[in-house]
Amino acid sequence: MADIRNNFVGIKSPNPFWLASAPPTDKAYNVERAFKAGWGGVVWKTLGAEGPPVVNVNGPRYGAIWGADRRLLGLNNIELITDRDLYVNLREMKEVKKKWPDRAIVASIMVPCEEEAWKAILPLVEETEVDGIELNFGCPHGMSERGMGSAVGQVPEYIEMVVRWCKQYTRMPVITKLTPNITDIRFPARAAKRGGTDAVSLINTISSIVSVDLDNFSPVPSIDGRGSHGGYCGPAVKPIALNMVAEIARDPETYGLPISGIGGVTTWRDAAEFLALGAGNVQVCTAAMTYGFKIVQEMISGLSDWMDAKGHRTLDDICGRAVGNVTDWQYLNLNYVAKARIDQDLCIKCGRCHIACEDTSHQAITNVVDGVRHFEVMDDECVGCNLCVNVCPVENCITMEPLAAGELDQRTGKVVETTYANWTMHPNNPAAAPVAAE
Amino acid sequence: MERLGSGIQAGRLSPDEYASNFSDLHPRLDKHEALVAADRCYFCYDAPCMTACPTAIDIPLFIRQISTGNPLGSAKTIFDQNILGGMCARVCPTETLCEQACVRNTAEDRPVEIGKLQRYATDIAMEMNRQFYHRAASTGRRVAVVGAGPAGLACAHRLSMHGHDVVIFDAHEKAGGLNEYGIATYKATENFAQREVEYITAIGGIEIRTRQMLGRDFTLTELTCNFDAVFLGMGLAGVNALGIEGEDLAGVEDAVDFIAALRQATYKAQVPIGRRVVVLGGGMTAIDAAIQAKLLGAEEVTICYRRGKENMNASGYEQDLATANGVIIRHWLAPKRIIGKDGHVAGMEVEYTAIRDGKLVGTGETGIIAADQVMKAIGQSFGGSGLGSLRMESGKIAADLEGRTSIDGVWAGGDCVGHGEDLTVSATAQGRDAAESINRAFAAAARPAVAVA
Repeated sequence: MADIRNNFVGIKSPNPFWLASAPPTDKAYNVERAFKAGWGGVVWKTLGAEGPPVVNVNGPRYGAIWGADRRLLGLNNIELITDRDLYVNLREMKEVKKKWPDRAIVASIMVPCEEEAWKAILPLVEETEVDGIELNFGCPHGMSERGMGSAVGQVPEYIEMVVRWCKQYTRMPVITKLTPNITDIRFPARAAKRGGTDAVSLINTISSIVSVDLDNFSPVPSIDGRGSHGGYCGPAVKPIALNMVAEIARDPETYGLPISGIGGVTTWRDAAEFLALGAGNVQVCTAAMTYGFKIVQEMISGLSDWMDAKGHRTLDDICGRAVGNVTDWQYLNLNYVAKARIDQDLCIKCGRCHIACEDTSHQAITNVVDGVRHFEVMDDECVGCNLCVNVCPVENCITMEPLAAGELDQRTGKVVETTYANWTMHPNNPAAAPVAAE
Repeated sequence: MERLGSGIQAGRLSPDEYASNFSDLHPRLDKHEALVAADRCYFCYDAPCMTACPTAIDIPLFIRQISTGNPLGSAKTIFDQNILGGMCARVCPTETLCEQACVRNTAEDRPVEIGKLQRYATDIAMEMNRQFYHRAASTGRRVAVVGAGPAGLACAHRLSMHGHDVVIFDAHEKAGGLNEYGIATYKATENFAQREVEYITAIGGIEIRTRQMLGRDFTLTELTCNFDAVFLGMGLAGVNALGIEGEDLAGVEDAVDFIAALRQATYKAQVPIGRRVVVLGGGMTAIDAAIQAKLLGAEEVTICYRRGKENMNASGYEQDLATANGVIIRHWLAPKRIIGKDGHVAGMEVEYTAIRDGKLVGTGETGIIAADQVMKAIGQSFGGSGLGSLRMESGKIAADLEGRTSIDGVWAGGDCVGHGEDLTVSATAQGRDAAESINRAFAAAARPAVAVA
């Protein structure tokens, strides 16, 4: 049996699945239900400074996009940080932590970008005996207009400064949550590291308008006929999150900095991918908001069963395993040649591979052969682009098969070479380094 | 009256049972069901379902329009090819046409529900009485259409779109043809056939004259003299006879007459049915008659077919529908004699059959099935009259693929011609295509001769 216990910057939990700071972790009732369902930890919904709590809109807070069968693919929200009294939250956090000592509880915090504000709240949180704090530098809506959330996360100097205050005023581990609403995620990550953060977590939500109501021309969710951008999350953002996690994981300046991976984690596979790209654990929100807390049971068994099947014993065996395989385009092997292959036994003859290739790509797939509806790849036209694989509705019906060294690529008329050669060495590249003569 | 009363009696069931038995076979999908069903369509390239449809409806497009919340656009896509798309959605044997071709069958054995989706879209448009087509400016050309069934209606509608004036002659009291008289009651409820006739003729320029029968009230020659073109779209009026003893006993009737009478009956409780009914034949008519006999309260309904299951013209789906309704289907039984008692049917003597040396023969072994009613569904014939010198082919009107007959200016389509399947959807395609052919002929005739320099 694989051991999936997690130790993230000293915070221990029975599994690497935490609930992210969000509506599902706003109060003891929800958090206890999550723990009962099996979640390894939670990041409590973001606390604000002492005083009158924020107020939320009283109309719709969420919008969404859907795939076939109305599967939720992307969720957009305009909810703010907790709108409950700070002391109610602190009391509940303390109670729940006492009741569930083996689970991780991390307090998410967002207070004004002033030293006094952070200095004031940190001892209050520390007193609850929760396991750590997460600095919310990510929320792109509402709070950012007040100089908090992503307004901080978009300025590396502010990040560094606040992280430094926190490290100074608390013994608790500090996780810095980053906003993706920035051009290059490495800069805020580096700043957090300079400030002394114990870890970063990412991504927070992406600024978004999910749709427009075509009857009243209001963005959705519509509040009395008007809408505001929200924060986008759910399965649709996973690719963006994976890339940002990988960018930080392979950046020499932040290499080794613990990462809590967030963004569209819906299944155990998503989680395993985040771990492989360098995350130490994952945080989940939208999947729970879509299906309820029970999904963690699929995640736990899926991850564990996959690790057993592959012979991975602990999370350390998989964390970061894909990081070394992430590279820049210019280092990809141009001597690697693959061709699409259609398994005729699996083919249902929908023709989508043909029309995708014919209309939009390389005219490399037949639709009729000898007067019969038949879809087959023409190797002399196929550039191996993978579009047909992606549009095919049947899994594994079309696969990309690499040509072995020595085989003829019928498209280029060249024999596949055994050697590795990338763009930096290519004769078409004016900046290519001259190949030294033997 | 009671359920098990012997002989042929009406009122075997309670009012609730009649209402339930003759309600819509497949109620329309609601919006949620339609969206879920539409999501399963792959939007295939050169879609096999479209090729399988005799009217070549752009099925992937109309389904995509449903899934994007545009049922009216979807209905127009359907009607562009098939103005009787509403009825076809109800009566098409989709299991042997579009849905059989659906690529979903390959991996899952469960096609997209194309027929139900087509009904969803067309019902919405028809209930809103949304008309998508307008008559072109009048051409002054007049076309006579004989038969107000699917072929004639499709032809008339397309001709009217092109600005021609149409007069439809139909022998029956009501327009609609087989859609009105030949379809099982539960497939076209709530007077759908008449509503469809109204929807189609709402384009204008189409006059329907009922109780006008070719050969009795007028001749083809009169039509060719009085109109610029003629389209013959009659159905099959003749019914094949058994030619066996007892055929004239009381209680023996043609299945088509039973189906028509039941369709026209306002109160199904007034339609008499035997306690034990034998239906002879293996096609859709036999199935429709047998199921409805059962739904009227017959205790025992047996279809006798002289060949095997695989030879039946009725689709597997229709056969299953019959058996699910309690009909017994018996194969390899040929009718030998109808046994009578006091002038009424008392039983059906049958002979077992077999294929010997490639030929169907009686084995000599016989048996008797108790029956008080026998329905014949062993095929229909054209049997038209008043056609003058029109060339026939195997008992039907000879026509080319555009519907042109041996007489200049006369087109034909639907069940009365030799080619195509005897289906509403095939008749619709032929009527539509003949209209286009007529329109092309008019245009060619109107074109001025090219001046030679």
